[in-house]
Amino acid sequence: MDVTVKILRYNPEVSEDASWESYQVSAEPTDRVLDALHKVKWDLDGSLTFRRSCAHGVCGSDAMRINGKNRLACKTLIKDVNPSQPISVEPIKGLPVLKDLVVDMEPFFDAYRSVMPFLVTSGNEPTRERLQSQTDRERFDDTTKCILCAACTTSCPVYWTDGQYFGPQAIVGAHRFIFDSRDEGTDQRLEILNDKEGVWRCRTTFNCTEACPRGIEVTKAIQEVKRALIFRR
Amino acid sequence: MSLTSIPKPRSTYKAGRSNNFEMNSWLFMRGSGLLLVVLVIGHLFVNLWQGDGIQQIDFAFVAGKWASPFWQIWDLAMLWLAMLHGMNGLRTIINDYASRGGTKFTLKTLLYFATFVTVVLGTLVIFTFDPCIDPASTLEVCTNR
Repeated sequence: MDVTVKILRYNPEVSEDASWESYQVSAEPTDRVLDALHKVKWDLDGSLTFRRSCAHGVCGSDAMRINGKNRLACKTLIKDVNPSQPISVEPIKGLPVLKDLVVDMEPFFDAYRSVMPFLVTSGNEPTRERLQSQTDRERFDDTTKCILCAACTTSCPVYWTDGQYFGPQAIVGAHRFIFDSRDEGTDQRLEILNDKEGVWRCRTTFNCTEACPRGIEVTKAIQEVKRALIFRR
Repeated sequence: MSLTSIPKPRSTYKAGRSNNFEMNSWLFMRGSGLLLVVLVIGHLFVNLWQGDGIQQIDFAFVAGKWASPFWQIWDLAMLWLAMLHGMNGLRTIINDYASRGGTKFTLKTLLYFATFVTVVLGTLVIFTFDPCIDPASTLEVCTNR
């Protein structure tokens, strides 16, 4: 079938303004939007720029706004995005666009780094691995699935208007360690998220939960951090 | 201890003065919201439904209600909670949507000023209310004096 892909192109070396450009490609209904983008880049217009690495929904490189919703192009099938109409593809919102569908992810990673997304421990290291019961592991299982694709953070209306907010992903990253029984940095992380730009800026619009390609219950994780802050000590 | 020491990852987060202001204001919104549901529905029930309903509301009705400390406290709680709840809601909206520092400051100053004036005037009215302010009043409390 013939599919029209409408892409928001931007090249600062040519023009300051972004503009929509449409491309006709032939695709199977079971092809992914990424395949259509490949066809555009490989056969029609080699100047089209987008990120993708594994192309199988694991690396989180190709988050983009497809038909107005944040999704991974490699996990979205053509038949699911109403191919009878032109399919619109834009860069994710809230981060500076560098070219076409490529955005500057640094502010996003900065927020992630600031919640200390690594195991904090004290005392002597055990000779073997740090053991944990299955129930303790289960507690934060959902938030271990994050692939840092930024689909949640860039779907958040608070993040759109104020990039100072940590954003859903950073809170998910913190949640993964806050509720890990082996970790000892909980107090520091909670203190960071108790900030004016922390969890209290969440308005529970559930955009993040809807956007997450891994099905993480992002809003729930944020509320759990809020609860942990209220009932700590 | 391991032999190699790895420096802490670079972090751009600048820890400000730690306080629980945002947490407390979040909790206040939940608490005051619940209380206001009870207070406002009670207020509407007594004023608009009980007795003669809306027809009964006049100066005498208000004077009668505020003769009792129960309704004074009820209305005072309603005034303070509603004003602070609304102010805090608007404060978060300004934080969310006003991106320029100057705009934020101006809007918040106006907001705090309006809230302050309303709360002070309202409290003053509740506590200094005089049912006999009109010398020709025919209310029972005034004619018996």
